[in-house]
Amino acid sequence: MLPGELTADAFRGYPPQARQIAAAQVALLRELPISFLPLLLRELISYDWKFPAERKELDNQFAYLTSQTPAARRQLMGGFAKLSVAAELERSDWVNAPAQFSEQLTTHLWATHQIDIFHSAAVDYVGTIHAAAPREPLPVARLGIVILGEGVAENRYRLFRKLRPHGMYFSNVTQGNGARLLLEVAADRARAHGKPYGHWFINGGAEVEPPAGLTCLSYHALTAVRTTLQEKMQRAFSSGMGPEAFRTMLAKLRPEELGPGTSDDPVLSRFQVSVLTEGSGTQIFSTTFVQWAAREALRRAEPLTILAHFGPRQRMRPMNELLAETQHKPEFDPQGSLVDADMGAYYTWLNQQRLDGAEQASFLVWFEGHNEAVAIAASMAPGAESKDPVSLESLVKQVLLPA
Amino acid sequence: MPEGQENIPHLLNELIPRATFFTQVVNRGILGHYVATASLATGVYETFNNFAAVPPDHPTVFEYFRRDLKRPATDAWVVAPSNGFNRIGESGHRSYGRGLGAGVILPKRLLAAALSSGSGQQYEHLLRDNYETPLYAPELSGNEIELHEMAEVLRLSVTDFATHARTLASPDELSVYIARHLMRQLSPSLLWITLHDVDIAHSGTYSLYLEAIQRTDRLCGEIWKTIQSEPEYTGKTTMFILPDFGRDSDNDPGGNGFQHHRTGDALSRTTWMMAMGPGIRENVVIERQLESTDLVPTLGAVLGFQTPLSQGKPAAEVV
Repeated sequence: MLPGELTADAFRGYPPQARQIAAAQVALLRELPISFLPLLLRELISYDWKFPAERKELDNQFAYLTSQTPAARRQLMGGFAKLSVAAELERSDWVNAPAQFSEQLTTHLWATHQIDIFHSAAVDYVGTIHAAAPREPLPVARLGIVILGEGVAENRYRLFRKLRPHGMYFSNVTQGNGARLLLEVAADRARAHGKPYGHWFINGGAEVEPPAGLTCLSYHALTAVRTTLQEKMQRAFSSGMGPEAFRTMLAKLRPEELGPGTSDDPVLSRFQVSVLTEGSGTQIFSTTFVQWAAREALRRAEPLTILAHFGPRQRMRPMNELLAETQHKPEFDPQGSLVDADMGAYYTWLNQQRLDGAEQASFLVWFEGHNEAVAIAASMAPGAESKDPVSLESLVKQVLLPA
Repeated sequence: MPEGQENIPHLLNELIPRATFFTQVVNRGILGHYVATASLATGVYETFNNFAAVPPDHPTVFEYFRRDLKRPATDAWVVAPSNGFNRIGESGHRSYGRGLGAGVILPKRLLAAALSSGSGQQYEHLLRDNYETPLYAPELSGNEIELHEMAEVLRLSVTDFATHARTLASPDELSVYIARHLMRQLSPSLLWITLHDVDIAHSGTYSLYLEAIQRTDRLCGEIWKTIQSEPEYTGKTTMFILPDFGRDSDNDPGGNGFQHHRTGDALSRTTWMMAMGPGIRENVVIERQLESTDLVPTLGAVLGFQTPLSQGKPAAEVV
């Protein structure tokens, strides 16, 4: 099918809200090129389980596209329209399986050396939509907090080397019950600036009872789900399933197929499953889980607060141990996890800075149980260092000072 | 010291001072490991499915080498991870192809066979070396050698092989171990070694990625030392080292930094190459841009064979 042949009935397999939007926009959808439309539908088909920020972004896209004249739309779509798409792809069921189409299109674009043209068109399109979107002031400046180093007794790795140039390094932080303190800071912000999915706690460390008001994601709480998923992956491997079919299988998994353990909230449970099925390594390594979940939460939910707590991941056993044919108890690798988390903290900051309000946003990363931290905020001189004693509580207050 | 260089002391201190070093080698092809390595081996940007066990469409450097110089099958070898690389030894090109390629040794696959045959236990986990799609291992149908052939060709008993493997920390160490045996037993003129441990980056664990970089650095140094210590190689061997491509930039929002190579941004496409050996200038840095496809015609110029279907150009600085 080509876009020009679309009717509202083509979307009867979509969830209710997505179907309603598609039916209302079918005239617009008919105009869009085949190299773009399924990518838009890939977002639309999951509208019913999207976060408010994502829904708003999609609504803005439709509002902008419909506000343009046909000539302006053609110009906006020009980069996509000049891509050649294989006839086989055009004939595929891209309306009902837009994610599969997207994967196959990516493969086709790489193979035909069109991927750079596609990227350029996508960047232009996103830039145009973003520039046209109405701006609303944030109720409070964004705050990112990362806790790392659980279980590390002694460290020789130079921490925060990528974050120090952007903020102030503190080498004499007194902490007390720092993790609980930072959790309460996040919870206080959730209470003061209530917003659905606006304040997150992503935990790869020891299980804690999170305060109310935070959207929580825990690696350990998802143990049963991860186990079920790994069993499914193992069965797929044993059956000789190829990589494309394997990815399709993962992409189609619904929370109910992974047994109990996911959230009762359908939006959050879908998110939990997507973190485990779309993120490489998230099923196995808690550090990867926290980093990827934080990335996806920031990208998709655009929270005002994110607290990411990295704990120790399992140790990767070298080949000679794997071949020893003896059962080993799972072991943790606190030092390796610290290095993972250090990079994870940097990526979390980078992802926070990609959101609106980056100039006012602040960020704190703390080496749990030790005296080191980096604070990035208007009140902190980039690249500076302080050896003076400072409590974590005081540091938080300084970070939260308005720009 | 620039960031990251502390992880590659052997390349920096032992190899680069002896090498002509190209700082910009751009890969304009598909950034998947098998298809990109096949492109390096053919000098043409191959476009087949990265995850399919298919031969390259264009003639490989091994076929050019053997046909032009009339070399026997024992004179060109590939040692590679088991991820689809079994077909890299020879192309599907009708003018070259069958019978003209390199022998392929997949040490991990041999190890899995060696261990399973002794114990009845399955070691299929050894074959899961594709960290991006972690549970994929393609069916074999190429010209890779079997376990009994390895024992015969390398004069290495299956027991000794398995025993030694049990002392090694990683698949790349196993590959280098096998490469050394090849050099001692067959002394091939053309030996291609693909190291793959660094792809653990796909698991998102930066510390394991750093460890793999450090190990690869050490193994490159060990390969060069082996060349210098083996009578059949010392003083008459050129070594080229290059990555197949890079990894995504931290700053591209479409990627996730070091973890993948999906964006096609400049960092994921741009790497480097070093060449060292007799007649090659030492401690020279070349800033001009090369393409990945230039490797095959460069090898042709160094060894004296034609590479007519390659798209690249010889690197004049080393030929």
